[in-house]
Amino acid sequence: MQIALSVKNVTKRFGDFVAVDDVSLSVEDGKFFSILGPSGCGKTTLLRMIAGFYEQSGGTIELRGQDMTDVEPNKRPVNLVFQNLALFPMMNVYENIAFGLRRRGEKSPAIAKKVNGLLERVGLPGAGKKTIDQLSGGQRQRIAIARCLVLDPTVLLLDEPLGALDAKLREHMKVELKKLQAQVGTTFVYITHDQSEAMVMSDAVAVMNAGRFEQIGTPQELYHNPASSFVAQFVGNNNKLRAVMHKDERGGFFARYGNGMDFKVDGAFDLSGGDAYDLFVRPESLVINPVEAKQELNVMPAAVKAILFDGGNSRLLVTPDGFADELVVALPQTKQFDHIRAGDRVRIGWDASKSVCFKRADWKIYDDE
Amino acid sequence: MRKRSSFSKAVFIGTIVFLSLPLLVLVLYSFNESKSGSWTGFSLRWYVKLFTDSPQLWRAFGNSVIVALSSALVATMIGTLGAVAVNWYKFRLRKYLRTITFLPMILPEIIIGVSLLVFFSGIGLKLSLFTVFVAHVSFNLPFVFLLVLARLEEFDFSIIEAARDLGASETQTLLKVILPISMPGIISGFLTAVTLSLEDFVITFFVTGPGATTLPLYVYSAIRFGVSPVINALSVVMILGTVALTWSTRNFLKYIAAK
Repeated sequence: MQIALSVKNVTKRFGDFVAVDDVSLSVEDGKFFSILGPSGCGKTTLLRMIAGFYEQSGGTIELRGQDMTDVEPNKRPVNLVFQNLALFPMMNVYENIAFGLRRRGEKSPAIAKKVNGLLERVGLPGAGKKTIDQLSGGQRQRIAIARCLVLDPTVLLLDEPLGALDAKLREHMKVELKKLQAQVGTTFVYITHDQSEAMVMSDAVAVMNAGRFEQIGTPQELYHNPASSFVAQFVGNNNKLRAVMHKDERGGFFARYGNGMDFKVDGAFDLSGGDAYDLFVRPESLVINPVEAKQELNVMPAAVKAILFDGGNSRLLVTPDGFADELVVALPQTKQFDHIRAGDRVRIGWDASKSVCFKRADWKIYDDE
Repeated sequence: MRKRSSFSKAVFIGTIVFLSLPLLVLVLYSFNESKSGSWTGFSLRWYVKLFTDSPQLWRAFGNSVIVALSSALVATMIGTLGAVAVNWYKFRLRKYLRTITFLPMILPEIIIGVSLLVFFSGIGLKLSLFTVFVAHVSFNLPFVFLLVLARLEEFDFSIIEAARDLGASETQTLLKVILPISMPGIISGFLTAVTLSLEDFVITFFVTGPGATTLPLYVYSAIRFGVSPVINALSVVMILGTVALTWSTRNFLKYIAAK
């Protein structure tokens, strides 16, 4: 497979502030690659460096093996779908899409063929004469993408293009985008703070925090084997329990929670740098009233605080006895747990192999957290 | 709906009368037979005199039109490019440049007039129609600058980046994206500049030279020898011209917006 985009040790400083800190990645031709991170993590800065709007302070950016350092944005074989789409308001749909082709000096018949072909491909045949304000949010989205795709870029960059859409349309566009990418085969580099967008659409995801990549992997790898405490919390939902890691006399490890309760954990841990750890267990790994008495199971009694009904995504909010933290537990809608009411007492448990532990790192995804 | 109070009705009518009564009197007297203040009968003689026997007036009118169109054109070009630069490029003096550009709008005209006069005599420039032109460019500039800048600021900066991203050079971005979207601002800036230039008296008075009389200056000097009804007739013609111009401008802008 050819490498479409290769970013090597790229750094961007704004004065003393390091926005992007020694980041490397490579994307194979035809892949859907996402960069996922909270706002202010440097992902947009990285994207703008690839597009050519910022010059990197260090490192190189290569497209199909060509160094892009001294190449102006209008000469780079990448196109960017802007967060606010940035369609030209004084041009109609056709002129918007034809803009890039005209700058290349292509002939009118060739332009017409390409523009109409692309309008068809994004499901808006015959919309060329419409003005931009005659289009709905989802249609504008597609025009913004079509305007870039018509130039057949080596890499299509997308800067949170679904951010402005309402929830239902966003769900729909996720699937549309994924299908479109598979159909046209263009390499997509997609930026988002929404982990669900990244997981649903991507072949690979880089999780970014404070200017650095925490982990690059497939959505499944990130979900099942997070490499850091940040990834564990940012990708998917997770319960975080603050615990102290101990080593028992036989050389195994266990985590002690604040109330003196011990949890079985899997794997070996380095206690030399301190024993404060965070234990993460996903809501869907928590079992209500587990029946099998397996050795690896951590089981505890708990009181149901609230039922958070949300169809297939329903959850229970429980407080295990003696816990300061609340745990979120997946509530399968299989009729099996329909009798549970707020205030009821249940037992919850999880398999030790399904939890992950990381050395405590104090960071916040959002300020109000 | 509640009935409007008679007080607000009275204020409304009073205002309208106060605003338009002088104009009405002016229109009326332009058709007066006699030269004096009393009405003696309907006549078109002042109009005839205006169009056939007022060479000085028409020379002044010609000067005014030349200065208005040329200064508005130059001010529009400089002002537009200035607004584009302030909107597009991030440079250190950006903030100060904006404030300095506002200055001529806030300062009393008389100060601008005096300072221009001092400046022209300082650099040894002889007062003529050219100095009037330069002066008009300088006071028209901020209006164009502001109107175009206001228009540009309605748009997100990212459309400029989008143009660059899609392969446009800086010049192409200017011609194909920035100028088309600023066109309503440019046109209203130009028309404002023409109007301001046509009616300016104070600044022109300071910087004009021999043979460079503009229409407002001519009217002023003519009035010193008593109000000639020819001036009344001219005023009526100008009112009609202004109404026609405003009307066609509005329709033109509507046409542009609809396009």
